[in-house]
Amino acid sequence: MLTWIAGFIVLVVKLVAILFFLLMAAAYLVWVERKFLARLQLRYGPNRAGKFGLLQPLADVVKMLTKEDVVPDGADRVIFRLAPAVVAGTAFLMFAVVPLGRDLTLFGRSVPLVVTDLNVGLLFAFAMSSLGVYGIALGGWASNSKYALLGSIRGAAQMISYELSLGLSIVPIVMLAGSFSMVDIVNAQKGLPFIFVQPLAFVIFVISAMAETKRIPFDLPEAENELNAGYHTEYSGMRFGLFFLGEYVTMMVFGGLVAVLFLGGWRGPWLPPFVWLVIKILLVAVFMIWVRGTLPRVRWDQLMTIGWKALLPLALLNVIVTGALGLIMSP
Amino acid sequence: MTLYGFLFYIVAAIIIGSTAMAVTRRNLVHVVIYLVLSFFGTAMLFYLLGAPMLAVLEVIIYAGAIMVLFLFVIMMIRVDSLEEVIPPFRQRLPAMLLGGLYLGCALLMARGTPGAGASLPLLTASPKELALYVFGEHWFTIELVSLLLLAALMGVLNLGRMKADEAGKEKSA
Repeated sequence: MLTWIAGFIVLVVKLVAILFFLLMAAAYLVWVERKFLARLQLRYGPNRAGKFGLLQPLADVVKMLTKEDVVPDGADRVIFRLAPAVVAGTAFLMFAVVPLGRDLTLFGRSVPLVVTDLNVGLLFAFAMSSLGVYGIALGGWASNSKYALLGSIRGAAQMISYELSLGLSIVPIVMLAGSFSMVDIVNAQKGLPFIFVQPLAFVIFVISAMAETKRIPFDLPEAENELNAGYHTEYSGMRFGLFFLGEYVTMMVFGGLVAVLFLGGWRGPWLPPFVWLVIKILLVAVFMIWVRGTLPRVRWDQLMTIGWKALLPLALLNVIVTGALGLIMSP
Repeated sequence: MTLYGFLFYIVAAIIIGSTAMAVTRRNLVHVVIYLVLSFFGTAMLFYLLGAPMLAVLEVIIYAGAIMVLFLFVIMMIRVDSLEEVIPPFRQRLPAMLLGGLYLGCALLMARGTPGAGASLPLLTASPKELALYVFGEHWFTIELVSLLLLAALMGVLNLGRMKADEAGKEKSA
């Protein structure tokens, strides 16, 4: 019974720590994005609240929490209210399988630094990602507005299209590691991170991840010059904030997935493991922001062509080649 | 009652409740949501029975892929015009008969099969063991099923091509 209680306390502590970390990281990722994007566009970015605008995220949180929560007249009230929570909740849940470091030893017991090491961890992340589509699709539908509906239909189509290449691009990684468990995948990269072994899979995964997070150049679901704000046109206050939070947490999660699958996870010299993981996540996030500052939005048909005619066949080819090489090279 | 049993009955109640709601609602989008909830509950039940692989696949395939496509189609067509259509009695009678038959068979099976209470060892296996078993013992069936899917895929491609051709002709005319 004592072990059970101790395990429960450890689990709760882990959950609280990760939730706090993700919330703060997402808030400050917004700051990083605004600041970095501003420099790319020869502006200053937020610089009023605190030194370098460092208090801006906190001010934004207070603003969103205190704003009026408007539900449009013709909206489906229940679904309208639940949809943002689905987006944010599934994004948070995905992080549950990302390992943060080596096992800790506390009072003679080893505590794994991951919320849960499922033997189907990678699939769990994909399952949560595919459930996130509902938040987008239903949020737009329940708003009962043309812009929102168009945005959510685009969003659903885009997310289910790129989920395929996203899923197929990591099949070679699973083949090499021989496991779906994120912990095993990190351990399999003891010698060489998978980015050197599977550069093609890395490229496909990163492009698909950018499409999954619906960021420029793939931000058609919220294309502001044709759809106002797409699927979250009708949202205000913290419900809009949840969509926003969901997007940035998803960015962190995909950063974490790229780090774990291709960059060796928490492995790295000198610095503590957790710091390495954060550095790698930030690298991926900054790359995504840089891409946003560089590329224009793709056209709708281009988006589908990239997904179905370029990334998907390439990912399949990569699976076949990796499988064949694995067969030839295995004794 | 153990914690395990307690969770089991909660999850089972969620599944049955949401499925009942899915069958009786008139608004198609609500139907999809209740059905997704039901699939999600089924996934939780699988996980509770010690089959995380099956749970995750249930969510990815049924909740995450198939129902999204349903939702996609429903969102594109006009839902409110469908709400007023109530199927006539001659359509409902066969449905009721078949439903009753299914229920009867299910009850007979549940009563007649020994060891129905135990979970299948295969389903609780790790992904590797499951894959080795399926592709080792049943590779021919898998290939047949994939051939069926390929046929469906080619059919869809053909339909899409025909539509595109027609649109092209209209444009040039």
